Amino acid sequence: MSELKPRKDLLDIESLDLEEIEYVLENAVPFKQLFQRSVKKVPTLRGKTVLNLFYEPSTRTSSSFEVAANRMSADVTNFTISSSSVVKGESLLDTIETLQAMRSDYIVIRHQAAGVPGIVAKHTGASVINAGDGYHAHPTQALLDAMTIREVYPEYKGRKVVIVGDILHSRVARSTSTLLNKLGIEVAVLGPGSLVPEGRHDFMTRLRSWDEVFDWKPDAVYLLRVQMERQEGQFFPSIAEYHKMYGMNSERLVRMRELGSYLMHPGPVNRGVEITDEAMGYERSLISTQVENGIAVRMAVLHWLKPETDKE
Amino acid sequence: MSDTGDIIREEILSPEGIQEAIAVIARDIAYRCAGDNVAFIGIYTRGVTLARRVAAVLKTQGLDYPVGTLDISLYRDDFDNRGTDLPRLESSDVPFALDGTRVIIFDEVIFTGRTVRAALDGLMDYGRPAKIELAVLIDRGHREIPIQPDYVGKKIGTNRDQYVKVRFHEDDEREGVFIVKKRAGHPHHPA
Repeated sequence: MSELKPRKDLLDIESLDLEEIEYVLENAVPFKQLFQRSVKKVPTLRGKTVLNLFYEPSTRTSSSFEVAANRMSADVTNFTISSSSVVKGESLLDTIETLQAMRSDYIVIRHQAAGVPGIVAKHTGASVINAGDGYHAHPTQALLDAMTIREVYPEYKGRKVVIVGDILHSRVARSTSTLLNKLGIEVAVLGPGSLVPEGRHDFMTRLRSWDEVFDWKPDAVYLLRVQMERQEGQFFPSIAEYHKMYGMNSERLVRMRELGSYLMHPGPVNRGVEITDEAMGYERSLISTQVENGIAVRMAVLHWLKPETDKE
Repeated sequence: MSDTGDIIREEILSPEGIQEAIAVIARDIAYRCAGDNVAFIGIYTRGVTLARRVAAVLKTQGLDYPVGTLDISLYRDDFDNRGTDLPRLESSDVPFALDGTRVIIFDEVIFTGRTVRAALDGLMDYGRPAKIELAVLIDRGHREIPIQPDYVGKKIGTNRDQYVKVRFHEDDEREGVFIVKKRAGHPHHPA
């Protein structure tokens, strides 16, 4: 029945085949149903440890992994590096050695440099889950986005999603667009010329304005967060200018309603930048569904990956 | 499991034999549960089919018992030993309140008893039944934990290294109960 090979790590979307993607997305559905019970927990990972290793600030992703691990009955240790050890001069490989000594079964890692989760994965028997590395990848975000779209569109093939914002710096844009493309969903992008790289993903349609977006008739509009911390004013003139050109506002919401398009955002939201307060209350917003599905998908990922901890 | 290669397969119960065994279970339940608030829970996959068949027999006698479903994969005690066959989860569905209910769990075969142990844990995360009982089509012996069925369609003697496969036409090509014996060299894998 199943030709799936067990996998140790989840580092990106590119290396997943369609069968693995389907496997995780289908298993995430029963996990989500557990949230309706009074007991939301299952004993599957009892006695296992999950290390949440965050080199970059993140409340949402880190808590989502923590809740997911808790609901699987794993023990969770949050190891927020906040560059303290880095400042003290500890090299990545020394940190890995320290982690090895902790004998974790799963390591969830977020790092500002692309490729770090992959390096850690090579040096440990623990399953490594990339929770975002530089501009590279954020695979669990992509999986939760795909799950969310599949829920509202069970017939998702051929549906259209436009991603709006800073495509250049966004690992979310990269992972999510790659995954949607693998699932047969059409992807387009809209954003400032300086933030939309030409020819990075041949499969994406380049749209130049909201008028073009609505003419394209998207089934979902996916707003990216404006990453203030990566901005420093170099890529677009001002926040107000960005909001005017690319933000979701009342007029654009009217068009959204006409088309029946859904609204998505990976969070956290910058109100008044990529989205207005009014648009936050849009009845076809999937933003809180994305948060809920994030937990289900991360449970499915923990359930899927197989640590090789005996090897150490 | 593929039924090819080094496998010896012997039918021990025909479709008619299965129907008789189901009638035995239905008769015992009707007799012993008279007047109670009863609900069935089938363990995926074939426990669900068994529960539905028994419920259908009882319905002809005016006894209408609801059937829920339970996937016990997340409660198994051998998750660490999962091999290349990755577990695909099913949606558990318990569409009735368990509190105060006499719940009968259905599984097609009882062997080591470990699946039923997992089902008990899983079920109790949905509520607190007044009573939990167990119905199986086949009891093949070789328990590893102290769990016994309350309703048995048929009891058969087996060797520990044999497999007993129940096949229903709802889920499989050919209906019947089969004893399957693999030739030497295959690892032991309890059903």
